[in-house]
Amino acid sequence: MSDTQLTPEELAGQKYKYGFTTDIAMEEFPKGMSEEIVRLISAKKQEPEWLLEWRLKAYRLWCESVEPAWAHIHHPPIDYQDYYYYAAPAKAAPKSLDEVDPELLKTYEKLGIPLNERAALAGVAVDAVFDSVSVATTFRETLAKAGVIFCPISEAVREYPELVKKYLGSVVPQGDNYFAALNSAVFSDGSFVYIPKGVRCPMELSTYFRINARNTGQFERTLIIADEGAYVSYLEGCTAPQRDENQLHAAVVELVAMNDATIKYSTVQNWYPGDADGRGGIYNFVTKRGACRGRNSKISWTQVETGSAITWKYPSCILQGENSVGEFYSVAVTNHHQQADTGTKMIHIGKNTRSTIISKGISAGKSNNTYRGLVRILPAASGARNFTQCDSLLIGEECGAHTVPYIENRNLSAKVEHEATTSKIAEDQLFYCRSRGLSQEDAVGLIVNGFCKDVLKELPMEFAVEAQKLLSVSLEGSVG
Amino acid sequence: MTALPTKKLEAWRYTDLRALERLSFGEVPAAAVPDLPAFAGPRVVFANGRMSQALSARLDHAQDFAPVQEHGPQSLAHINAEQAQDGLTLSVPAGVDAGALLMVSYNAGEMPFAAHLRHRITLGANARLMLIELVKGDGVYWHNPVTDISLHDGAVLTHIRLQQESAEAFNTTLIRANIAAGAGYEHFTATIGAKLSRTELHVSLLGEQARTDLNAAQLLRGEQHGDFTAVVRHAAPNCASRQTVKSVLADEAHGVFQGRVEVAKGAQKTDGYQMSRALLLSDHATMDIKPELEIFADDVKCSHGATIGALDAEQLFYLRSRGIDEPEARAMLIHAFLEEAFAPVTDEAAHGLLIEAIGKWWTTP
Amino acid sequence: MLEIKNLHARIGDKEILKGINLTVPTGEVHAIMGPNGAGKSTLSYVLSGRDGYEVTYGEVLYNGVNILELAPEDRAAAGIFLAFQYPVELPGVGNANFLRTALNAVRRKRGEPELDAVAFLKSARAAIKSLQMNEDFLKRNVNVGFSGGEKKRNEMLQMALLKPGLAILDETDSGLDIDALRIVSEGVNALRSPSFSALVITHYQRLLDHIVPDVVHVLAGGRIVRSGPKELALELEARGYAGVEAA
Ligand SMILES: Nc1ncnc2c1ncn2[C@@H]1O[C@H](COP(=O)(O)OP(=O)(O)OP(=O)(O)O)[C@@H](O)[C@H]1O
Ligand SMILES: [Mg+2]
Repeated sequence: MSDTQLTPEELAGQKYKYGFTTDIAMEEFPKGMSEEIVRLISAKKQEPEWLLEWRLKAYRLWCESVEPAWAHIHHPPIDYQDYYYYAAPAKAAPKSLDEVDPELLKTYEKLGIPLNERAALAGVAVDAVFDSVSVATTFRETLAKAGVIFCPISEAVREYPELVKKYLGSVVPQGDNYFAALNSAVFSDGSFVYIPKGVRCPMELSTYFRINARNTGQFERTLIIADEGAYVSYLEGCTAPQRDENQLHAAVVELVAMNDATIKYSTVQNWYPGDADGRGGIYNFVTKRGACRGRNSKISWTQVETGSAITWKYPSCILQGENSVGEFYSVAVTNHHQQADTGTKMIHIGKNTRSTIISKGISAGKSNNTYRGLVRILPAASGARNFTQCDSLLIGEECGAHTVPYIENRNLSAKVEHEATTSKIAEDQLFYCRSRGLSQEDAVGLIVNGFCKDVLKELPMEFAVEAQKLLSVSLEGSVG
Repeated sequence: MTALPTKKLEAWRYTDLRALERLSFGEVPAAAVPDLPAFAGPRVVFANGRMSQALSARLDHAQDFAPVQEHGPQSLAHINAEQAQDGLTLSVPAGVDAGALLMVSYNAGEMPFAAHLRHRITLGANARLMLIELVKGDGVYWHNPVTDISLHDGAVLTHIRLQQESAEAFNTTLIRANIAAGAGYEHFTATIGAKLSRTELHVSLLGEQARTDLNAAQLLRGEQHGDFTAVVRHAAPNCASRQTVKSVLADEAHGVFQGRVEVAKGAQKTDGYQMSRALLLSDHATMDIKPELEIFADDVKCSHGATIGALDAEQLFYLRSRGIDEPEARAMLIHAFLEEAFAPVTDEAAHGLLIEAIGKWWTTP
Repeated sequence: MLEIKNLHARIGDKEILKGINLTVPTGEVHAIMGPNGAGKSTLSYVLSGRDGYEVTYGEVLYNGVNILELAPEDRAAAGIFLAFQYPVELPGVGNANFLRTALNAVRRKRGEPELDAVAFLKSARAAIKSLQMNEDFLKRNVNVGFSGGEKKRNEMLQMALLKPGLAILDETDSGLDIDALRIVSEGVNALRSPSFSALVITHYQRLLDHIVPDVVHVLAGGRIVRSGPKELALELEARGYAGVEAA
């Protein structure tokens, strides 16, 4: 990691730099949520009957359920009828990259995600999702040669209906929770990945989410299946324009790992966090869950959460297969009026399953940052192991840091260890840095990056650098 | 009667009172209190919810019981307030060292009944008291005592509890303590008895340099359920709190520890620590732990740790290789495991009572 | 007398001991040397009865009794003592309490009277003194926070008190400073008698300068590949295991 450590000058970033909007003709469905909208979305995507039924069931479950209230977050009631549930660039879906609207290409270029394959990051294939639809997926041929399927989920529904039908909702069922039900009813796009038996995906896969349209909800759905012995590393990035109202994002990610398969899922979440007074910003309600179905399978979640006005997110692992491994590495930074309630669940079902949780929360300004985690060892999980460490750092007197772990053990031979600390940046560390010439902010940036190192080192290189910059930018104005 | 809390409440997610709810309680019978342990200091005895004048000493700083108004959020406290007819009301004047006091609560009867005692203990500035509580009984009953403690500046209360309720009893104990500047509340509970028990503490550190040590040892077996729940609220700067809970679970026992450290805005230089360790001795024993931190001040040092596991095979072998046979080696390791929680019980009489009770735990099948 | 006959043992699926033959007549001290991972500690654990080691073939007789069937504590009572390569820490268990419990358990099984607290303290203090240890040791928890060398001395203290007939010292010399090495050796030598034997596992000649062995064995790849007089250790030091095995 030391080679990606940034210099103080690099760390000193600027304000939210992704706040621009793209001016492009859009097609939007009427505002509000109804059975009619669900049917419209399904029809627009020319979906088969089973999927429409699946969505309608989700819609009914959503109508019956209530928004969860247990998280450590506060917001005015969300008027679900005041959002658009479908918005897409008006032009017909492009067949190849050459047909993508130049405005969109420019947008992604500005975001640092060139979609042109020649200019693209070497070794990273990108699926770009703009509001409700996927606008481009790069390196498809390279991947196809290896047998890897990487495409928008709407396309997968048409091209690989059997796979989608088999796995969609198998990890996160429609009625799992309020937001998952909402997503299941109106999801419009997202990525689909299938890595066949024994294949090591030749490049990093990534999806870049962008919310552009005003008052629009984004409900993407990602489904990744790693068949026996397969390996894939998947990255996800998100940004949104600076707008005064709160945009809604309720995604679902499902991962399935079969025998000896490994899925590494990394997120750098940088949705617009709102301004310094807490106006605007994304409401981010996300359900992410992976099933380690097979022996020796492994699912590793790494997340760097710096954006969003509200983050509600618990990437989890169901450790079913013998010897399967779940990991959760998280950095969550909140500043100003941001609120994050995030963590994980590790459900140990199979023998000798192991899980590791490393969570680093940093609160500044008037923000609140909560780690919420569950470790559950079921009676059959003999020899299971869990190690959890969650550390919180507070910067300033008006923020809050909270730790809410649940540990439930039903097996004698399991071993569970949990550690947590809360502290502030030590004066002597700050002084030491400053006596070597660093400004207060640079010193904080350095120390915070050090605090997060155990997590950042889990990120793929390209993302690690980006993440370090983000941490410093997010904390700007929090000290001095 | 106010309704019992249900598992739907976050604070009750691991303890289910439905078995208690199914009981119907009759008249409170008269009780004959069996042998009491020898104790050098004064003693006060409650039998089936009433003070036994015959067995109790006339206490220097005691007052008559007066009914209570309940304003707290805990529904069990409301039930207690509706029903309580007696309890210890003690107010130690400023500067007085009241020494040690033994309080025995004994409940017994043929038919199910409920006993609700309401104790109020106030220590004036720099006063001191050691309260040793012995909780015992026979038969089916619900014991639902509430103790409200108020410590003025610099006062120190050492509170040692040994809960040895009957095997069919339900015990729900609520202890609330307000601690002023420089005062200290040291608490130790050994949970050995009852079919279902919950010891719930709410300690508020209200003045600078206030401190509290909450220690518990739970030894459970059969189908026993033991819940130790502690909430410490740091409302002033420079306060310290420690929570240490050790659970040893055999057979199908179910242990619970819920601990929360709350640090209010402005409570700088808080030092908060929580440690929960559980030792599982059987395949069917279960432990649930929820150690929470809720922090609204930046210059604080708070930490918690939790471990759950079985006896260490390596340690067991080491002892055996030195000639110590297996049952004894296991007992040694379990004693060692409990040591940290016992450490604060320095009073000899109290320590003796505890060791005796725990010794019995091994030997009775 | 210790007789190990064609002993095979494994951990899980992995065979570690592949036919050990070794006899230590009463009154003799034998050294075992051999490369890392050869199976020396495994042998010592099998002899003292640790779980997880499966004897698949062969037998071990101690004074004519097959000890492989005995529980670890009964082997200890029979007189077998293992000084661990890595002594185990016992948080919360006081050293004095541990020593006395062990001593009395062994004495009970040997049909000797138990020691009361006073008699125990007297003999413990004497042993501590002869090992030039600090009396604080007795008050501390078993091996918790002990330095590497202190742990090894604590093993010797236990040995002095339990008075075994067969001592197995697994790299007791590693981690000891020069003075401690001499003191520990004197402790072992003090036990030497026609009724005491020892298996001394070590990597270094310098221990054998102090505890002079009657026989030196080389254990490699789970077998005894060479045995010889004490000079064999010098040869090993000069030529290494590869050279000696080949010879
Ligand atoms: N629990 C275990 N599981 C698997 N293999 C093991 C286990 N314990 C020991 N081994 C292996 O058995 C072999 C013998 O180990 P042992 O500890 O007996 O070696 P040793 O001769 O004492 O080595 P050293 O000189 O380094 O102390 C080694 O290859 C070791 O890795
Ligand atoms: Mg060894």
